[in-house]
Amino acid sequence: MLSQNEIMQTIQMIDQQHLDVRTITMGISLLSCAHSETKTACDKIYDKITGYAEKLVATGEAIEKEFGIPIVNKRISVTPIALVAAAAETDNYVPFARTLDRAGKTCGVNFIGGFSALVQKGMTDADRHLIASIPQALAETDIVCSSVNVGSTKAGIDMDAVALMGRTIKDLAARTADRSGFGCAKLVVFCNAVEDNPFMAGAFHGVGEPERVINVGVSGPGVVHHALQSVKGEPFDVVAETIKKTAFRITRMGQLVAQEASRRLDTPFGIVDLSLAPTPAVGDSVARILEEMGVETCGTHGTTAALALLNDAVKKGGVMASSSVGGLSGAFIPVSEDEGMIAAASSGAITLDKLEAMTCVCSVGLDMIVVPGSTSAETISAIIADEAAIGMVNSKTTAVRIIPAPGCKVGDMVEFGGLLGSGPVQAVHTASSKAFIDRGGRIPAPMQSLKN
Amino acid sequence: MKAIVTVIGKDRVGIIASVCTLLAQYNVNILNISQSIMQENFVMVMLVDIIGCKIPLVELSEQLAGLGAEGGLSIRIQREDIFDNMHRI
Repeated sequence: MLSQNEIMQTIQMIDQQHLDVRTITMGISLLSCAHSETKTACDKIYDKITGYAEKLVATGEAIEKEFGIPIVNKRISVTPIALVAAAAETDNYVPFARTLDRAGKTCGVNFIGGFSALVQKGMTDADRHLIASIPQALAETDIVCSSVNVGSTKAGIDMDAVALMGRTIKDLAARTADRSGFGCAKLVVFCNAVEDNPFMAGAFHGVGEPERVINVGVSGPGVVHHALQSVKGEPFDVVAETIKKTAFRITRMGQLVAQEASRRLDTPFGIVDLSLAPTPAVGDSVARILEEMGVETCGTHGTTAALALLNDAVKKGGVMASSSVGGLSGAFIPVSEDEGMIAAASSGAITLDKLEAMTCVCSVGLDMIVVPGSTSAETISAIIADEAAIGMVNSKTTAVRIIPAPGCKVGDMVEFGGLLGSGPVQAVHTASSKAFIDRGGRIPAPMQSLKN
Repeated sequence: MKAIVTVIGKDRVGIIASVCTLLAQYNVNILNISQSIMQENFVMVMLVDIIGCKIPLVELSEQLAGLGAEGGLSIRIQREDIFDNMHRI
């Protein structure tokens, strides 16, 4: 029999510490939808998505009520559209994005990801068409998310794609200037992108994945923060153990929800992504966990070490709690989506350079960072290149989700709303990277790639 | 199937009676009750069997929440699995 204490502990985690299942994401393969006629391909895509994910939202809501655990988002990820649309005789892929938008809205999901291309070793014609379609596609749709993988440890970094993505991000920001460049919040540039990520904006359904799959992302920065408050002043061994135990509990809950969703939707269970994903709500911040460990403000000296411990302990605690761990799994450090990060960035305590250092040890990369609208495409490309290099050399996923907010300057506050939060405009280096980006070509894969 | 009912709020006369009446109405069998006062809050935890429950769990959950809202209490019912999974290996 469970003790009253244990039951109340769980209730408090949900009620006061923002414990939730962040997302149930259904991955759907669209490879069977390829067709030379765009309209036929789009019709097949719409029918397949709405057929498979018809009951996704209702099932998620039922599980939410029966278990009494909030499931914040229900999402869909699909095969990278560049692969599906390659057969179509068109160079405009915007209709594919509109179809995803329509299908996602019919299913009632919050986001649909996979308007994507994998170009780490070079671009096909279809990849070029997709990237060229991104600005219009994301400006004209509401819930479609896009990602482009420009590098990997195995392939190196495609610097032509990196240069192209800098211009694409600028174009997208300009097209959504009335919403402070909001479109860029739906676009991620990856190195070592994972095929089973349930989190947006970077989710897509990889080609190695089955026909359809259920992936679940758990969260709970507030729970970890609360647990650490009970070990104030204790050595780091104790801190690591406390985080591990907490991550274990959170992940067990995610595993239960994932299995239940998989059973009810008659869809194979893929993975649990055990990520600490913050929200702008007070008490749901990763930055505050780092501060609880003893750094006065997130961003000061010691922050990277604190984050390294957190990221590692979360994985170690979670890995035994789930039959299959995957996705990004670790601690996210988005700026605009984290109340503590917003405070640290607003006060100038955390800079872009420190964030870049932190991405060496966090689960992903530079996330939801707002920079001045005057930032050049080449500077954005160079930021992407730096981040991709960190991922490539360290055999980890890194990403850049950056918003050059049109008309905004350093210190301004940009409001995105909802889970995307609000971000202060942060300074970038002013010296030019143009000649560096103009070179193009490919940065060869590092020695780490030669493992065979 | 078993579920856990938790009732949290300010203590007053008749809380247990009203919750039990509602559960009995829908043929929910109470297996165990523990009750205490924590930090001036009334806290009751019940283990119930919902196998014979006349209405779906989601609906029962809404009814209990409604009963709680009337009396300024937080009443919820959750499947036992969630607590088991979190606290037992």
